[in-house]
Amino acid sequence: MSEDIGLWGVPLAILGGAIRVSTPFIFVSTGECLTERSGRINLGLEGTLVFGAMSGYAVAYHTGSPWLGTLAAAFAGLLFGLLHGVLCSLPRVNDIAIGIALMIFGTGLAFFFGKPYVQPVAPHLPAIPLGFWSPLPQVQAALNVNVLFLAGIALAFATAWMLKNTRIGLTIRVAGDSADAARALGIDVNRVRLWSTAAGGALAGIGGAYLSLYYPGSWNEGISSGQGLMAVALVIFARWNPVNCLYASLLFGGAGALGPALQSVGITSGYYLFYAAPYVLTLGFLVATSSRTRALPSAPGELSIIK
Amino acid sequence: MRVPALDPSPPQHAIAVETLGMTMRFGSFTALKDVSIRIPAGSFHVLLGENGAGKSTLVKCMMGFYKPTSGQMTVDGREVAVPDPRAAHDLGLGMVYQHFTLVPSLTAAENLVISRKDVPARIDWEKERADLAAFMTRMPFSVPLDVPVGRLAAGEKQKLELLKQLYLGRRFLILDEPTSVLTPAEADELLGMVRGLTTDGTLTCLMISHKFREVTAFADEVSVLRRGEHVGGGKVADLSTAEMAAMMIGEKELVRPAARLAVNGKPVMTVSGAKAADRSGLKTIEIGDLKVKSGEIVGLAGISGNGQMELMEILSGQRPLMEGAIKVCGLPFHATRSEARQFNVRYLPEEPLRNACAPKMSVAENIFFRDFDFAGGKPKFWLNGRRMAELAARLVGEYKVKTASLATPIAALSGGNVQRAVLSRELNGAVDLLLIANPCFGLDFSAVAEIRTRIMAARNAGAAVLLISEDLDEILELSDRILVMSEGRIVFETPAAGADIGEIGKHMAGHH
Ligand SMILES: Nc1ncnc2c1ncn2[C@@H]1O[C@H](COP(=O)(O)OP(=O)(O)OP(=O)(O)O)[C@@H](O)[C@H]1O
Ligand SMILES: [Mg+2]
Repeated sequence: MSEDIGLWGVPLAILGGAIRVSTPFIFVSTGECLTERSGRINLGLEGTLVFGAMSGYAVAYHTGSPWLGTLAAAFAGLLFGLLHGVLCSLPRVNDIAIGIALMIFGTGLAFFFGKPYVQPVAPHLPAIPLGFWSPLPQVQAALNVNVLFLAGIALAFATAWMLKNTRIGLTIRVAGDSADAARALGIDVNRVRLWSTAAGGALAGIGGAYLSLYYPGSWNEGISSGQGLMAVALVIFARWNPVNCLYASLLFGGAGALGPALQSVGITSGYYLFYAAPYVLTLGFLVATSSRTRALPSAPGELSIIK
Repeated sequence: MRVPALDPSPPQHAIAVETLGMTMRFGSFTALKDVSIRIPAGSFHVLLGENGAGKSTLVKCMMGFYKPTSGQMTVDGREVAVPDPRAAHDLGLGMVYQHFTLVPSLTAAENLVISRKDVPARIDWEKERADLAAFMTRMPFSVPLDVPVGRLAAGEKQKLELLKQLYLGRRFLILDEPTSVLTPAEADELLGMVRGLTTDGTLTCLMISHKFREVTAFADEVSVLRRGEHVGGGKVADLSTAEMAAMMIGEKELVRPAARLAVNGKPVMTVSGAKAADRSGLKTIEIGDLKVKSGEIVGLAGISGNGQMELMEILSGQRPLMEGAIKVCGLPFHATRSEARQFNVRYLPEEPLRNACAPKMSVAENIFFRDFDFAGGKPKFWLNGRRMAELAARLVGEYKVKTASLATPIAALSGGNVQRAVLSRELNGAVDLLLIANPCFGLDFSAVAEIRTRIMAARNAGAAVLLISEDLDEILELSDRILVMSEGRIVFETPAAGADIGEIGKHMAGHH
């Protein structure tokens, strides 16, 4: 049954796109948000994401369980985060430089170990058909929601709650905003940042597993289209607020689906321009909300790009 | 070796602290030389000394912030090791630092709660808020609890620092110039309360202060440091102010206040109908009409947080105007570098380390900032290292900036010496308009006298001076004309000669 729903297909496709495409952004940007709130930037998440995608795929293929794959990806991400954290706690080491090095290292390592897994097919993560009530296949397709997407939503809210209402959350914010104040409170700044970076890495690994185990759902060297890097930008866009990270990811995912959606209803002129929609949107929003008089109000004071 | 604490919770009574032969070297520079000081339980002890004498260094060693090169410390007669501030806190020692240590993006409530040792893993904000409210009712003053601390004015931040220590129930409290940002009435209230706590035996207090008035009114004993050495001390009752001053400065002679010459100048700066947003963005600062004439010091009094900081930012181009205009010598002024150079406008903003310095750059570089790309009226492409070194060496000598070397990062200087370094940069050469905020914040009395003399000399030489200060005594001493700022507006004006202090105080407090 394939009814023509005309222009309604566009918002539906955008909604579906937002749900499908945004998940890795949610995980990576929430993780990066956590890292940055502790006062460090991890630019290496792109590498972590790709390595997570590879390791998740490989483990899922060998064990037959996509969940074990996701777990393995998170663990690999954790290790990458720890590596970044340890290297940055050495004196006179710049977190941005280490991040770039780890980005290249992670991607290269993933390609190296991932060669044998390009052909085999691993089991996919399950999705929940939330569109079952509708007879329209377009609605069903758009509302076929992966479990990780729901987990991502919960994660964003939980992280925001954690930063406000728990000792760990407050400690992370203190370390991120004023290392001097943290030391005066007896907080070991390096340790806080180490574990925040590790947690951020683990989340980025899960984001990678989503790519290879659900959408697009295979392992190859072109698996990531820069999600790991873009997520870092989204954190700034979201003003270091995890819930905003969620919205930003959805917006970004939706804008990314604009091109294909318009194409599906026959609008093909300016096709490549629509692919740029998410970036244009982000740029426009950043310009519109920036101010000459106020510093980025919620930027953690210890970030090396702010200082 | 770390001595295991017998009792993990801080004691419930005032504690005695003693240092034995504390020595601290930074590289080849000895900031502290064999200092032994005894502070009995329940006393109110004051540490005196000039800027750079090593007072902050000593107390930071006691708090475990620095690791002394040699020397020991005892608490209640027991030798203790203080490898880090947390160990000091476990012993019941607490400190309010000279530079703020609150976390700017956290609210006051969050700052208080996270500073506690027993923060629960999950913070029940409803309960914490109720506890905090109950605690606040017992305190002599309050601060807004739900605003990020970065938006509070200096005075409010200092109050919060103090409240925090009391909230944490510390038994030995070190205060590093706690009242420099408070109004005299607030300072008296605060110190009176600390005094009460020491006399009833709940608290021992070691305060660093430059104000003799506070020493004689509240303290039991003093110890004096000079160039890192403990040169004397004793009971306050047995010492006169002159004797204490003599111990502090040694054989040096004090600068005499400069005479006020009669100058009748033309208006240099006019601000008319100016309107701008304040820091919170919620209220506006409105300056209807402000004129500063050549050869005149206009003192702008007000309690911190009433828009003075914003006015300074407007005048220094850090905050854009929504309406109105600033004119200097009849021409529109936007505080660009070339305009400032053309009209000889100089600034000394408050918290100079943050607002007028590049903290990690050297003293010489910071002193060279105003002219590094300009010499003899011509722009320069290459940096002239020799010219920089000469200028810096001359000014450091002239203004007696105490620094280990010209290449030391300016952030490593003591608070007073940062102030002197910036002032030396700004007062060098011809000055037509001088905009100053709290110039003597944290300076010792000889430095205060010297800096006030320099300001007066600039005025006598024909500079128009706008002096924004929270220190009413300073305003009364220096000004020709006094304005009072309250809630973002100038609410009162009077000539300084014959000014009624009660009237000024009333307007400062917001009763007009
Ligand atoms: N981290 C550091 N590195 C190098 N030199 C330092 C450092 N900290 C302090 N000094 C130097 O040690 C000396 C004593 O400084 P300190 O801050 O103890 O002075 P102070 O008595 O507190 O002065 P003030 O009244 O101005 O606060 C100063 O000459 C200062 O330049
Ligand atoms: Mg000091």
